Amino acid sequence: MDIFRSHILICRGTGCTSSGSDQVADAFDKYIKEEGLEQEVKVVRTGCFGLCEVGPIVIVYPEGAFYSRVEEKDVQEIVKEHLVKGRVVKRLLYQESLDKDRIKSLNEVEFYKKQMRVALRNCGVIDPENIDEYIAMDGYKALTKVLTEMTREQVIEEVKKSGLRGRGGAGFPTGTKWEFVYNAPGDKKYVCCNADEGDPGAFMDRSVLEGDPHSVLEAMAIAGYAVGADQGYIYVRAEYPIAVRRLQIAIEQARNYGLLGENILGTGFNFDIDLKIGAGAFVCGEETALLNSMEGKRGTPRPRPPFPANKGLWGKPTLLNNVETYANICQIINKGGDWFASIGTERSKGTKIFALGGKINNTGLVEIPMGTTVREVIYDIGGGCPNGKAFKAVQTGGPSGGCIPAELIDTPIEYDTLVKIGSMMGSGGMIVMDEDNCMVDIAKFFLQFTCDESCGKCTPCREGTKRMLELLEKITEGKGEEGDIEKLQTLAMNIKDSALCALGQTAPNPILSTIRYFRDEYEAHIKDKRCPAGVCAALLNYIILEDKCKACGICAKNCPTNSISGKPKTPYVINQDTCIKCGVCMDKCPFGAIIKK
Amino acid sequence: MKKTIQELEEIRKKTLDKINIRKEREGTRIVVGMATCGIAAGARPVLKAFVEEVSKRGLQDVIISQTGCIGVCEYEPVVEVYKPGEEKVTYVRMKPEKVARIVAEHIVNGRVVNEYTIGSVNKR
Ligand SMILES: Cc1cc2nc3c(=O)[nH]c(=O)nc-3n(C[C@H](O)[C@H](O)[C@H](O)COP(=O)(O)O)c2cc1C
Repeated sequence: MDIFRSHILICRGTGCTSSGSDQVADAFDKYIKEEGLEQEVKVVRTGCFGLCEVGPIVIVYPEGAFYSRVEEKDVQEIVKEHLVKGRVVKRLLYQESLDKDRIKSLNEVEFYKKQMRVALRNCGVIDPENIDEYIAMDGYKALTKVLTEMTREQVIEEVKKSGLRGRGGAGFPTGTKWEFVYNAPGDKKYVCCNADEGDPGAFMDRSVLEGDPHSVLEAMAIAGYAVGADQGYIYVRAEYPIAVRRLQIAIEQARNYGLLGENILGTGFNFDIDLKIGAGAFVCGEETALLNSMEGKRGTPRPRPPFPANKGLWGKPTLLNNVETYANICQIINKGGDWFASIGTERSKGTKIFALGGKINNTGLVEIPMGTTVREVIYDIGGGCPNGKAFKAVQTGGPSGGCIPAELIDTPIEYDTLVKIGSMMGSGGMIVMDEDNCMVDIAKFFLQFTCDESCGKCTPCREGTKRMLELLEKITEGKGEEGDIEKLQTLAMNIKDSALCALGQTAPNPILSTIRYFRDEYEAHIKDKRCPAGVCAALLNYIILEDKCKACGICAKNCPTNSISGKPKTPYVINQDTCIKCGVCMDKCPFGAIIKK
Repeated sequence: MKKTIQELEEIRKKTLDKINIRKEREGTRIVVGMATCGIAAGARPVLKAFVEEVSKRGLQDVIISQTGCIGVCEYEPVVEVYKPGEEKVTYVRMKPEKVARIVAEHIVNGRVVNEYTIGSVNKR
C-alpha cells in the first residue's frame, strides 16, 4: 500500500539530533512495527522546523499534532495512544498549540504566525534524503522551465527583477552579479556556493542544507545555465556532518535522475556539482579566501579587484553565492520575479532567515518578510527574554555587525536601515542580550573571536584586532584610563580603512556600535571602576547581607579558596583579598543572602 | 535511471498524493472509534479498509483518523464522517464489507448511506 493514513515527521536537523531525535525516530520505527502499523503509518525524518528550543520535535499528521521535547521513553505512549487509539497525548504537545481541546494549526502558533517560509519552504515538510518528495513540492520544475522555455538572458532578467540581494552578508544584488559572470570573457566558468557559515550562533545555511539540499543544487544548475558554467562546487565546513551527508546523497540522487551531469533532461545542457570540505576557519567564508582554500592553498584573502566574477577559481570567471541566496532562486523562477519583489520593502525584497539565540525564550530558526521590526522578532516570535528580564540589545551581523539597542526596537529589518544605525543584516545571526549582559564584555567577546580568526596576512587586522582586544581587556579589568575610548575609536577607524578584507574592515564594528549606544557603560568601567551589569569579575565583589545570613555555613563549606569565615549565630564574611569571584557561594546560599555588587 | 521531463511530472503527481496528508486542509474527515471497545469489536480491519479504499480511488482531500471511545460501545465499531459544512454522520456496527459503499456513495457522491447510520440501526 502506497498511501499511509498517518505521517510522523521527526526533525533530524542538528539541533533536534543533538537532543536525541535519532533515537526517537528509531523508537517510532520499532513500536510501529510492534503494533503492526508499518503499512499505515509512515515515519519521515525531516529538516529543521525552527523551534529548536523545544526539540526534539515530532509532528503527527493528519491531525497536525505538534509534540515537543519528545524523548525515547515517550514514543511508546504516542504509538499506543495516538496512532492506535487516536487519542492525542496532550501532556507532550507543545503547550501553545493546544487551544482548550482543539489542536491549533502550526500557522496559528505565535512562533510561526509572523513567519513566511520561502527559503525554508520544504524544511520540516519533506524527507531531505528522498528526491521524489522534493520533486513533489515542485522540485526541478524551475530547472525544467529555464532549460526548455527561457534564454540565459531571460533567467538573469528574472533574478534582477526579483530584487534579490545576497544573503551571505554584503547584500550585493544577485542578478547583477550573475550578469557580471555572464559578461565575463572566458571559455570555462564556475558556479560556487558558500556554505562556510562561520558566524558564532548562526545556523541558517546549515538548516537549509540539512532540510532541503536539492533546492540549492537545482538553483546552482540554473545559475550554471545562466552564466555559462558546467561545473559547480559547494564549499561546506566539515563541522556540518549531517549537511555534508545529505548533500552527498542529494547529488547522487540528482545524478541518477539525470538532473546533474551530462545532457540534463535531454536538453544538451551539462552541469555537475562536487563538494569541497572546509576546515572551518571563519576567514574562509570571505570569498577570495574561500577560492584560495578551494584551490588547495592557504585560506587567506586576495586583494580585490580582480573580483571573482572575472578572475575567480583557478583564474576563471566564478559566480559565488550564499546557500540562502540560492534557496530563493527556484521560487523566483517558478513564481516570477514580480512575486518575489512584492514581498518585503522598497530596497530589501523577499524574506530573510535568522538564527535566534542568546537571551531569548524561543531559540531557533525563523524566516520573516523583510521590513518586519526587531520588536516583532524579539517579542512576537521570540517570546521575549527569559525570566522576565528586560531586553537590552540584539547583535546582528555577528562579529562584523553591531548591536541594536532597546530604544531602536521598532527599526524595520532591511539592509540599508540596519547599516544606518551602525549594525548590518549580516548572514542572519541574532544574538539577544538582556539587562544582565555587559556591553563592554560583549564587544570583548566578538573581538576575541575576530582576533582568533584573523588570518594574519595583513598588518592592520593581525595587529589591530589584538591591540583593540588588549584595550577592552584593560577596561574590563578595571585598569581603564581616561582617553581609552577615544583610542579605541581612532584605532577602529584606521583598521576599517586599511585592512585587506572585510574580516578586518568590519572587526571594529561591535566596538563602535557599543560605544555609540552604551558609552555610559564604558565610562562606568573606566571612571567608577564599576560594571553596571555585574559581569566583569574584576569590578565586582561578592557580599553577604548581614540581615539575611542565617549563619548556616554552606557558603564557607563550598568556597574553593576558603575565603569565607564565620561562627554560629553571627553573619559570615567574605575575605575580598583571597576571593576569586567564582560565584559558587551565591549559587549555594539557600537564603539569597549573597549578592554581587 | 535518467528521467525525462514527462517522467518527472509523473513522479511529482504520484509522490504528491503520498505526502498530501502533511498539509493543513479542509476536507472530509473519516474518524474511526478506536478505544478498547472499538478495537475489540473489530475497528482495526474497518480502519484498514477505509485507508485502502481511499488510496485506491486516489481521493485527495480525505483524512482518515481515529478517536477514542465515542460512548456507544454497544454499536461499535463506530465511524464518524465529517464533511465541511455538513452535519456529522455516524455509521455504526461497521464491517470492512460496508466500507466500499460508504466511500463510493457518501464520500465521493455525497449521498449518506442511511441504512448503516445510527438512526436506522436504532429503530430496529
Ligand atoms: C570574514 C568573512 C566571512 C564570511 N563568511 C561568509 C559565510 O560564511 N557565508 C557566506 O555566504 N558569505 C560569507 N561572507 C561573505 C562572502 O565574502 C560573499 O560576500 C558571499 O558569499 C557572496 O554571496 P551572496 O552575494 O549570495 O551573499 C564572509 C565575508 C567575510 C569578510
